[in-house]
Amino acid sequence: MITRRNTLKSAALGTVSAIALFMGSTLAAQAANEKLKIGFVGVTSGPAAAWGTSNVRSMQTLAAWYNETGGVKIGDKTYDIEIVTFDDQKDPKRAVEGMEKMAQEGIHYVVGPNVDDGAAAVRPVAEKNNIIYFPYAFPKELYTPPASNAILGMIANYQSGPAIYKYLKENKGVKTVAFIAANESDPLSQRDGGVAAAKALGLEVVADKDTYQNDTRDFTPVLTPIVGLNPDLLVLSGVAPANAPLLIRSARELGYEGLISTETAQDAKVIEEGAGELANGFISVGGASTPEIASDRMKEFVDRYTKMFGEYNDESNTKVYALDYILETMKANPAAIDNIDEFKKTIDTFSAPNPYVKGDSKLSYVGTTSFGQKRQISVPMVVNEYKDGAFQTLFVGSVD
Amino acid sequence: MEQVIANGLYLGAQYALIALGLTLIFGLMNVLNFAHGQMYVLGGFITYAIYGQLGLPFPVAVVASGISLAVIGGLMERYLFRTVIRRSHREESTMLLAAATAFFFDAVILLIFGEKQRGVPKIVKGVFNDFGVIMPYDRIVVAVLAALMILGFILFMKYSRTGRAMRALAQDRVAAQLMGIKVDRYTMIGFALGAMLAGVVGGLLVSITGVNSGIGGPISVKAFLMIMIGGAGVVGGAIAGGFILGMMESVGLTVLREYGDVTYLVIFAALMIFLAIRPNGLMGKPWG
Repeated sequence: MITRRNTLKSAALGTVSAIALFMGSTLAAQAANEKLKIGFVGVTSGPAAAWGTSNVRSMQTLAAWYNETGGVKIGDKTYDIEIVTFDDQKDPKRAVEGMEKMAQEGIHYVVGPNVDDGAAAVRPVAEKNNIIYFPYAFPKELYTPPASNAILGMIANYQSGPAIYKYLKENKGVKTVAFIAANESDPLSQRDGGVAAAKALGLEVVADKDTYQNDTRDFTPVLTPIVGLNPDLLVLSGVAPANAPLLIRSARELGYEGLISTETAQDAKVIEEGAGELANGFISVGGASTPEIASDRMKEFVDRYTKMFGEYNDESNTKVYALDYILETMKANPAAIDNIDEFKKTIDTFSAPNPYVKGDSKLSYVGTTSFGQKRQISVPMVVNEYKDGAFQTLFVGSVD
Repeated sequence: MEQVIANGLYLGAQYALIALGLTLIFGLMNVLNFAHGQMYVLGGFITYAIYGQLGLPFPVAVVASGISLAVIGGLMERYLFRTVIRRSHREESTMLLAAATAFFFDAVILLIFGEKQRGVPKIVKGVFNDFGVIMPYDRIVVAVLAALMILGFILFMKYSRTGRAMRALAQDRVAAQLMGIKVDRYTMIGFALGAMLAGVVGGLLVSITGVNSGIGGPISVKAFLMIMIGGAGVVGGAIAGGFILGMMESVGLTVLREYGDVTYLVIFAALMIFLAIRPNGLMGKPWG
């Protein structure tokens, strides 16, 4: 029976419940940090998936770490980091779509793309929509004025190549060099840069036209004529991590006894499985995880990445940096959070401790020598030598 | 030159084995299986998991790859292709289905096995180095196994009851049905056999070239090239196509290396001219 008393009781309960719900959601909203979205546009599928996957997983690992420990304080606000991802499938058209998606989501800072043509394709979209992006691509025009929105996320081959060849010339007696590259824009441009650097150092280049299809599975026919030239150094220009062990193995099985190097980052596990002890002595450019230089924070990053994704990828040693650069620059100038002009102003003076390397290494922007302006993040140029399943630091250089 | 010929023969043997499964499925069902490369990749990863990760013997892993893919192939035929062929009057429906399964496999393989290139310990160590030829023993073993499997496949198709039934189906489906051949049964067996071949060759070659989740598409494209050269649906054509492509690659990469990456340009140009002259490939109609 419906009585006045029951009606009043129900109404009171309903009101109390509604207020409780409202209060609860308000308090929850107050307790949660605001979200700061950072974008990723890169390749996470297909034969080159390892490049972008190690990239985005590094960002996701760091974001989860920051969020778990209370967020990132920028100015007087604390933010949780949300990584918005887009797989461009190594296709420039898709990369443009990805950058447009980032613009629609109001994102101002994007890591990627991973390759030259993708990075070049997204430039107009990034500039029109006030996006600062961190490509892993080497064309100088992306970073040279009037361009100003792209910041190179790693060390370019024209920076690491000369240092490696010089080291090998002076310490290993290298006199002759052969280059081999995949028939794609990135590896070919890296090869041309490498050839020029080798010639500038007075090395004799015995092969500079040999190429292969990027989907090649058996490299013996490609390498047979090069091995016959018996160069002191075989450079695998811009080699994809999937192809490096196959090239190394084929060269060694054909009887090649000289040195083999590349300027791209590689993964020790992939090399071990694909080439085993035949890869001992292989030289590549790495990052900060070799025991000689890794800080405790780098070790924890590796642990967290491994727990989150099951297996670490050594390529992340170079890719751990970009997100921290974005966040640390915003911390230095909180107005940069949604104003890229403020970000650009901060670049010139920015400096912070490098948490991933032992000692007093600094995070700062460089690139003046190569690009005429600071449009490159400073990461240690760690040149590694592979030995028995792990990388060892051969030497550490730096870039201005 | 001896080395170039040896490289070509080795490449040809592995290519021929890859193309056999594709041509079998095409001959039986008129379906271009775009997922053939992905089946190869899956076979490679199964061998990687069983031999490389669990440490079981290599032959066990390869057999497991073959059986797994045969089951997957059988299920695909029974529940996907048979249904679409019955319900659709448009031939391109099966092509779309095959393309969709290729994308599906790509995504699943990437999800399960990750983005990294994978490899397994060498099955035989050491390198043969004589008569001007350098060839690692494991490649010789794989080439011999490939040749034996090709021979076994030809004998199976020629002399076994199942093989004869499948050949009859490929020649004339209606006539075969009127002669009492159970069309559905042998079509499913054929599809499973084609998938099994892809799985076995993927398992075998993981010991030489490793495997990664992104190579399915390029493997399929290369297999299509081979059967276009030899003649789609013809076993002998797939074998011939494999060896011709292997030899063209080996010779081209040596002779044309001074001109940059023109080997495939030359191969594709030659293929276009060849197909203009012989649109059915070297061996013409299905099963000759």
